[in-house]
Amino acid sequence: MSDEAELLPGTLDLLILKAVSLGPLHGYGVLLRIGQISGQTLLIEQGALYPALFRLVRQGLLTTEWDKSDNNRRAKYYELTRKGRKRLREETEWWNRLAAAVATVLAAEPEGI
Amino acid sequence: MKSLAYFRSVAAKFFRRSQTEREMEEELRSHIQHRAEDLQRSGLDRAEAERRARIEFGSPERFKEECREALGGNFIDTLLQDVHFSFRMLRKSPGFTAVAVLTIAVGIGATTAIFSVVDAALLHPLPYPHPEQLVSIEDDLPGISAQDVGMSEPEWQDLQHSGIFEYVSPTWYDDNNLTGSSKPARVSLLIVAPDYFALLGVNPQMGCGFNPENHTPGFTEEVVISDTMWKRDFASDPQIVGRNVRMDTDLYRIIGVMPPGFQAPGRTTRERNIEIWAATSFYGPPLADQPPRNRRNLPTAIARLRPGLTIAAAQSQVDALVESLQKQFPADYPEQARWRVRLLPLKEIVVGNVRQSLILLLGAVGLVLVIGCANIANLMLARASARGREMAIRQALGAGWKRLMQQLLTESLLLSLIGGIAGLTILFWMRDFLVRLVPESLPRLNNISISWPVLLFALGASLLAGVIFGLVPALQAGRLDLTHVLKMDGRGSTGSRQQSRARRVLVVAEFALSLVLMITASLLLRSFWDLVNVRLGFNPESVLTVKTRLPYPNDPKTDLYATASQQAQFVREILQRNRKLPGVEEAAVGDLGAIPLGHDRDNQNPPVPLILEGHETAANQSPLVDASIVTPGYFHLLGITLRRGRLLNDFDNDKAPGAVVINETMAETYWPNEDPLGKHLKLSSSESSWATVVGIVADARIESLENARISEIYTSVYQNVSRHLAHHLAILLRGHLDTAAIPDQVREQVQSVDPTLPVFGAEMLNDTVSASLAQRRFLMEIVAIFALTALLLTWLGIYGVISYIVSERTHEIGIRLALGAQRRRILQMVLRQGLGLAVTGAVIGLVGALIVSNLMSGLLYGVRPTDPLTFAGVALLLMIVALLACYIPARRAVRVDPIVALREA
Repeated sequence: MSDEAELLPGTLDLLILKAVSLGPLHGYGVLLRIGQISGQTLLIEQGALYPALFRLVRQGLLTTEWDKSDNNRRAKYYELTRKGRKRLREETEWWNRLAAAVATVLAAEPEGI
Repeated sequence: MKSLAYFRSVAAKFFRRSQTEREMEEELRSHIQHRAEDLQRSGLDRAEAERRARIEFGSPERFKEECREALGGNFIDTLLQDVHFSFRMLRKSPGFTAVAVLTIAVGIGATTAIFSVVDAALLHPLPYPHPEQLVSIEDDLPGISAQDVGMSEPEWQDLQHSGIFEYVSPTWYDDNNLTGSSKPARVSLLIVAPDYFALLGVNPQMGCGFNPENHTPGFTEEVVISDTMWKRDFASDPQIVGRNVRMDTDLYRIIGVMPPGFQAPGRTTRERNIEIWAATSFYGPPLADQPPRNRRNLPTAIARLRPGLTIAAAQSQVDALVESLQKQFPADYPEQARWRVRLLPLKEIVVGNVRQSLILLLGAVGLVLVIGCANIANLMLARASARGREMAIRQALGAGWKRLMQQLLTESLLLSLIGGIAGLTILFWMRDFLVRLVPESLPRLNNISISWPVLLFALGASLLAGVIFGLVPALQAGRLDLTHVLKMDGRGSTGSRQQSRARRVLVVAEFALSLVLMITASLLLRSFWDLVNVRLGFNPESVLTVKTRLPYPNDPKTDLYATASQQAQFVREILQRNRKLPGVEEAAVGDLGAIPLGHDRDNQNPPVPLILEGHETAANQSPLVDASIVTPGYFHLLGITLRRGRLLNDFDNDKAPGAVVINETMAETYWPNEDPLGKHLKLSSSESSWATVVGIVADARIESLENARISEIYTSVYQNVSRHLAHHLAILLRGHLDTAAIPDQVREQVQSVDPTLPVFGAEMLNDTVSASLAQRRFLMEIVAIFALTALLLTWLGIYGVISYIVSERTHEIGIRLALGAQRRRILQMVLRQGLGLAVTGAVIGLVGALIVSNLMSGLLYGVRPTDPLTFAGVALLLMIVALLACYIPARRAVRVDPIVALREA
């Protein structure tokens, strides 16, 4: 179990799905994109990414294909499946609800109760 | 939610392992390269960039392992690993492996062998279509304490028309003389109603069965023969259907041949191995035209229930029918007889009398297997302490206790499976030999074979055994005290408290179980012994019996033995000729009932009604007694001693008044406070003149070895007191007989009087007596073998545990000795420990044995199921065995050199 997953269970998978949903990526690309979108706030331990990717493939949420990267290197590209897209939608909703609920709780004032 | 993606992922892992590994490697490398290039772009030189990229990435091996796990199917992976590792461990200790595999192999082999017999006999339904509809019909007269007395023809008709049954067929076992082939033979005949084969639902392999609609009076002139008879007597003649045979001089036409292996549903081997079936409507010549309702002529009957009717529902309808018949015919059914008709599942008739024995055997062999498992568990515990350090290190390195348990269980399951396969292989090789050991009397309507259910049973038993002996050490492994074990540093023995407790519990259990087995075996042995040494009341030494049978043709005009004087003349002739044979000193003739232990509960020798002068009762209320028709020489030949009065003699012939001899039991039963000599009686309600009791002889176990007190009445062949002619005759010869030659010599003599008579069944009386014990002997021997095996295993078990305890306490014993303890005290201490285990086991075992022995009381003879002598004796024997087993390690404890013990500690 990676440290990140322990900090915020389930979020790594969600981030990966989101990153890949914007277009097929290889592993390093996933890492770069998450960093880029989050403005370098969310940093992921590099090696820990791969077990998560393998798991998502096993669950049928991602498919893989070997291809040439921009740097002209062979790399394994990950792409979202239909099932993955559906899962991303569900997880996003779930996350938003959770975040809103947590925000409401944190915003509570003594007189509001 | 195992999706296609999952199976693809698992398949990639196991079936394209190297490719998957290569790609994983490449992917990670590609990642590091990409990162290095980015770092290089930010200004680092190439080497530094690559170094940094690798550091940032972390341990690739760890992530690869995590990726492999993420691929799924890990249980397969760990299982393969465990199996692989287990094989290595088992190879590493070949001694242990050999002992364990051998124990399991013998245990599983024996258990499976017994199970295959149980499966064939008890678990399989009878091999007829819809066997659940088949019943046997038994008539009881509890009022005069008579059971299974048979039914009369009108009662059979009543049942047939009651609407309760689809078919009802009386079954009448008989012998018949088959003539016309090379030499006259006796064949086993079953007389049935024409719907018999329709009832069983079995068709002949050739020709056809009887037409159920055939209601012609008397016998139909058609017979169906068995496959055995077709092959033996007719050389598998393909044109057999339509051929004629002569039975008892009557002509019959063969209309069908039953399929090979077909057996009739009977109680005994003889009743099952029918060779020829004849059908009759049970009225009309040669039988009575209008058979009376109160004469129970039809000894047994089977029936098929109307579809959809349960036995219980049918029974209540039959009860209602019986009640209305009793009201309708009060004269035929006296109230005090309390006539009752019982329906029994047909299977009960076939296997009822072997069920208890078979279950006992299966239980016994199961106990041996469990005791074997306990021993292996003990060995594994010993090994576990030797491997304590290995386990501790693996645990310290992060293996969870679940993982360790899994590993240990895999190891024991592997052991038990190897053992099971070895056992099955042995069984498979020995199957023909083993099947031959099974006594003849065991019903084999279904073949004993190693079938799928038997294989499944063997597999299940192996797995169960593996779990039984694997669980204890596995649970123990989970409870290791790491620091303690690692501190012991390399000396291996952990000697944890729980572990030695587990071992003690195992030994106590072994003790209890083997005590149960030993007591069971001893009770059977004592029963057998008592029966072997029973006072027979007759002398079977150098007596030969040979049987012949006089024909009983349907056409009385062809009957050469229709009258008593015709029979008497034949018997005189036979005796005279046989007395002249070499070595013969005495000769006598009797009917079938006169052969000691040589007849079944048999309708060929039915008990006769006894009517006493001054106590005349209606025929259907008179008590029934066993009667033997004999020649006067019978008593002296068999050594049956005269108590009072006189024996039968040659002057008791058809011109003299009727004379009978009775045995002591009969005298005490019917004339408890009177002198029976001179009393008058009749053995047939149709007889007009009284016969006189002229003598009382000692009881002899003619009917049954088990039962000493059976009333018996003897009448003379020359007098025909019972108005019942014997068709089965036994010739008894005593002297210095040449057993090889004499049967043929007797045949020659008999056939020189009448060449159509079959002569068969020559047997020394000693062999008859011992054959009547065959089933008991088989049961006793097998259980005794199991009990001895259990005893040996238990001995090994307790020896192992006490040795272990001693080696564990060497240090302590050394200190005690150094402090001046007497060696005698040390010896006592060790022995006391062993004895303590034995006593605990014995107490538990005695309770178990009490339960088992009560359940098997039906198999015992002459010994009570709670026989204190057996219980105490066996318990004592086990104690002695325990002490002997403890003595060797105890001696070792005493010889401990304090200096050595202390230095080593």
